Amino acid sequence: MRLLAACFLFVGAACSPETTQLEPDFTIEASQRVSGSNFLTPETVAQQNDDFENPGYLWVERGADLFEQGEPSCAGCHENGLEGVATHYPAFDTGTQTLINLEGRINLCRTRHQGLTSLPYESDELLSLTAFVAEQSRGLPISVEVTPQTQSAFESGANYFMTRRGQLNLACTQCHDDNWGKQLRGDTISQGHGNGFPAYRFEWEDFGSLHRRLHDCDTGVRAAPMELGSQTYIDLEFYLAVRASGLELESPGIRR
Amino acid sequence: MTTIRLSVPQTADRGEIIELRAMIQHEMESGFRFGSRGEMIPQDIITKFECFYNGTLFFSSDFHPGVAANPILKFYARANESGSFEFVWTDQDGQSWSDSAQIEVS
Ligand code: HEC
Ligand code: HEC
Repeated sequence: MRLLAACFLFVGAACSPETTQLEPDFTIEASQRVSGSNFLTPETVAQQNDDFENPGYLWVERGADLFEQGEPSCAGCHENGLEGVATHYPAFDTGTQTLINLEGRINLCRTRHQGLTSLPYESDELLSLTAFVAEQSRGLPISVEVTPQTQSAFESGANYFMTRRGQLNLACTQCHDDNWGKQLRGDTISQGHGNGFPAYRFEWEDFGSLHRRLHDCDTGVRAAPMELGSQTYIDLEFYLAVRASGLELESPGIRR
Repeated sequence: MTTIRLSVPQTADRGEIIELRAMIQHEMESGFRFGSRGEMIPQDIITKFECFYNGTLFFSSDFHPGVAANPILKFYARANESGSFEFVWTDQDGQSWSDSAQIEVS
């Protein structure tokens, strides 16, 4: 069942090995694809769009300060800013031959180019830098693609999305592909896109990464969650990004 | 590390009513929550906010455990003279944070 689902995603590509860019099929067609902000109240959307009242900007602002630090500083090497960069993540890093997300890229710059240590995942510093970089792509469409180098990561993400797990025995797809727009207790299920993250969630009363959200969905079905920053979640993040192609980035988003 | 964000118009006409906004990064831990081992998470909240216009206190507010994290306040002032607005937050232990913004009134 699980394997079948993953194969179906590649019906178009499987028999044409000469194509380099694969075009996977998704349950939700591109024309129906909508951001999680479509399921928020108008007041919350207004707060998200207000650069002052959006509490996520506390982290963006701190990220801007951190960007000036280090020897050389981030700004020293990226003086023209990083507009549009976040739309291409997760991306393949040739140096390490792995798929990395924006957090991973920032940590690579620290270790590779600044002689510093990696920042712990979900630390305020890493969230702030990530928010500062992501904010520079606010309003730009997600644009990641599956290449031969990233195909196995995409498949592993697709597998995670399609696999039932936890005591409730539910897969991501059952909520976010099959039942979006419907109520789950007090909440409306969205299509499960990551385009608002890192985001401020009212439930957390805090700013957090997409992986923290994924962790919450896993524990929501009473499954053992993966570690934040783990390759499993990065692969899943990649699958989600391909699945959300074309949606505008909203980070710092606001969610319930 | 505490980030403060202020929104104060840079200029105003004399007598104009202006909107001031202030946000501070703070957990506002209510003291009513329990950790994963069932232990009480101690209360840690800001208890007082004050705003001074050229040194004179003209707006203040008491915070209680029900106030959400990263509180934002929006209030109004009559712009009578050029100068500065100083915003001060004080927590339950007396630690305080402040920031200020200038205004040109003509
Ligand atoms: C039992 C139903 C359910 C399952 C299963 C589930 N989720 Fe969710 N998910 C939710 C609800 C409810 C929310 C919060 C409301 C919403 O959809 O934005 C949410 C939110 C999200 C969001 C944030 C969307 C946004 O715009 O803020 C993402 C991303 C997400 N889920 C991904 C996943 C992934 C990946 C899985 C599988 C590991 C998964 N979910 C499993 C119910 C579920
Ligand atoms: C000494 C120069 C240098 C410094 C300092 C530096 N970077 Fe980089 N950065 C690079 C280079 C070179 C690349 C291209 C990837 C590589 O070779 O590592 C890059 C890539 C990136 C990218 C991805 C760009 C893309 O198009 O994919 C981001 C985001 C980034 N850096 C953020 C940061 C942040 C945040 C900091 C500070 C913590 C930082 N960088 C510090 C040199 C630097």
